[in-house]
Amino acid sequence: MWLNMEIKNEFEPEITAFYCTYCGYMAADSAGAMNLPYPANVKFIRLPCTGKIDVRYILEAFEQGADSVYIVACPIGNCHHVSGNERGVARLKYAQKILEDIGFEKERLGIFFMSGSQAQTFAAAAQTMTERTRNLGPNPLREPSLNGGTTD
Amino acid sequence: MIVAEQKSLDEIKGLVGDAENVLVVGCGTCVTVCFAGGEKEADIIASSLRMSSKLEGHPQNVRSVTVQRQCEWEYLDQIETEINEADLVLSLGCGIGVQAIAEHYPESWVVPGLNTTFLGIPEEQGVWAERCAACGDCILGLTGGICPIARCSKSLLNGPCGGSEQGHCEINPDVPCAWQLIYDRLNEKGKLHVLLDLQPPKDWSSSRDGGPRKIVRPDLRLLEEED
Amino acid sequence: MALDLHSNGYLAGSTLERVLRAGHFAVTGELGPPQSSDAQAIRDKAAQLRGYCDAINITDNQTAIVRMSSIGAGTIVVQEGMEPIIQMTCRDRNRLAIQSDLMGAYALGIRNLLCLTGDHQRFGNHPGAKNVFDIDSLQMVRMVSEMRDDCIFQCGDKFKGPEPRFFIGAAAAPFADPVDFRPYRLAKKVKAGANFIQTQLVYDIPAFKEYMEKIRNLGLHEQTYLLAGVGPLKSPGMARYMKNNVPGILVPDEIIDRMTAAGKEWAGKSKDELTPEDKRARAKAWKEEGIQICIDLVQEMREIEGVSGVHIMAIEWEEAVKPIVEGADLYPRPQVEQLAVTGEQ
Repeated sequence: MWLNMEIKNEFEPEITAFYCTYCGYMAADSAGAMNLPYPANVKFIRLPCTGKIDVRYILEAFEQGADSVYIVACPIGNCHHVSGNERGVARLKYAQKILEDIGFEKERLGIFFMSGSQAQTFAAAAQTMTERTRNLGPNPLREPSLNGGTTD
Repeated sequence: MIVAEQKSLDEIKGLVGDAENVLVVGCGTCVTVCFAGGEKEADIIASSLRMSSKLEGHPQNVRSVTVQRQCEWEYLDQIETEINEADLVLSLGCGIGVQAIAEHYPESWVVPGLNTTFLGIPEEQGVWAERCAACGDCILGLTGGICPIARCSKSLLNGPCGGSEQGHCEINPDVPCAWQLIYDRLNEKGKLHVLLDLQPPKDWSSSRDGGPRKIVRPDLRLLEEED
Repeated sequence: MALDLHSNGYLAGSTLERVLRAGHFAVTGELGPPQSSDAQAIRDKAAQLRGYCDAINITDNQTAIVRMSSIGAGTIVVQEGMEPIIQMTCRDRNRLAIQSDLMGAYALGIRNLLCLTGDHQRFGNHPGAKNVFDIDSLQMVRMVSEMRDDCIFQCGDKFKGPEPRFFIGAAAAPFADPVDFRPYRLAKKVKAGANFIQTQLVYDIPAFKEYMEKIRNLGLHEQTYLLAGVGPLKSPGMARYMKNNVPGILVPDEIIDRMTAAGKEWAGKSKDELTPEDKRARAKAWKEEGIQICIDLVQEMREIEGVSGVHIMAIEWEEAVKPIVEGADLYPRPQVEQLAVTGEQ
């Protein structure tokens, strides 16, 4: 029995985003309160501060199939924990280098800064990353390699 | 502390080859402090190897474990099961740790993930610099606490040479001239006359030049049990 | 032991020693061996210095670039009837090799030695080599002095036969950092047994005079023979390069200006406008001025108390030594009793 389903040929990115509990979460909240639409492709993980980002979380997200990862942080100079967002940036750059060594495009990582009231910016970030990821294509780990050999 | 640096991922992949079950072993002491081979670094390398091997079409099973110190048998005992389950062990310990694992688990095949570089100090966050050459015959009492063997590029005992320029060594402007540092320190303390004595040639036999070294402390050895 | 100027015996009996002991203003030159086994190159270079120098330094893997050995080239110089000052660095040889090589060098007729630390191998063409630096230059001076005066090896064993008797030299860098310490470091070298000193290139006479005053205050001018280093400039660019890039060399602006002025005839033309003839003529003018400046420096050096001679470093320009020595009125060189090649005094 065939299901009469419209099969989407277009790839829908699955994106993991980390936001801090201050500006990041509040921006999300503002976007929600204003009923601003943004792509459902993004799943959010809340951290006390973007300074708590561990490079391992980023790698794990990709290992588990995320097509892109981004961070939503307080603006530089306005981190609730003073300079946690600067650590977040540094870790992102470190993760980018590792991902390049592995063979991933560094554009699959991003960071966006906004204050808690910038709902538009929040929505725009999600939009930007989704579009960018659509262009980059799926996480390379999801496709079977053309080099031969099976994934079993 | 011992300071080490990670090898490139490419070099590590070359050493790991296509082993099916790889165990990455981190170390919780020196290489943690210099961010080369601690628990985080071990997890990251394991993740990197899993991802890159999958990308290349031959996914490898890579797990990571970290011990307090790889250079002590008791800590290595704790990972016996993991070692036995692996086809290849990638040690992120210093050269001592790599050798300890190889010696303690002779059935296993161990490869290094780090280049052990020097004995040094974190001068500031993110910057480590060499301080000690482990020469076996410490002369820091003569030089105000600055080591000319390790910090002078030519290990001079009667320095400085003519290449000292504005406080840095001729080989690299980032390297301070050890003898300028010694001169300044002794000058501050009013002890410049120490530099007028001719230091005789060093007896290098206590350093690595004399062969691999060993220290035995009979007073600390475990007593034989009487049967 | 410090040189005893009142003793009757020569330490080594070399021409250089005899010239200095006789009170003449000495002239030494320099020869850089080739990056090959070409013996003729040594003979050709030496020929240009014949009669103009009392002794000739033979460099030892200078700037850590591998060249024919100083002892090998020095032996060829001896065969040509001239006197080498072999140089030995601490970078490439340990104390065994140094003592061994020096015993051989003496047996081959070499009588003068300059003890150097040596440029780090990072600068040279084999930067990955293991460096030695078993001993430093001062320890080498002491060691070679004891070989000569006490007939012992560095380990204390006695020689089983004739000992090598070198006239021992060391280098001085009057303007290297820490500048205040340099006279004391020279004192240390003299105390270790340096019979003669050759300084790094000097272009700044006032600064050098200050340095020499400190040397005299320490009484060092009476315990060793100091030869001031001089060298002809080839161009204003070379002068600027030395001023800015080589540690321990001071080049006063007046000298750079003199070099620039020598090329003023062509100063109006831009780089592209200069014809090959222009460039040749300008280079010739620069070189002539460089030689003249060197002559002027030598003449000033002769007036400074405590300076016993000059060491002319005409790097890859041995032809310049003749006009410098003649221009400074130091030709012909004094004839002192020549040393037999077999080493008898």
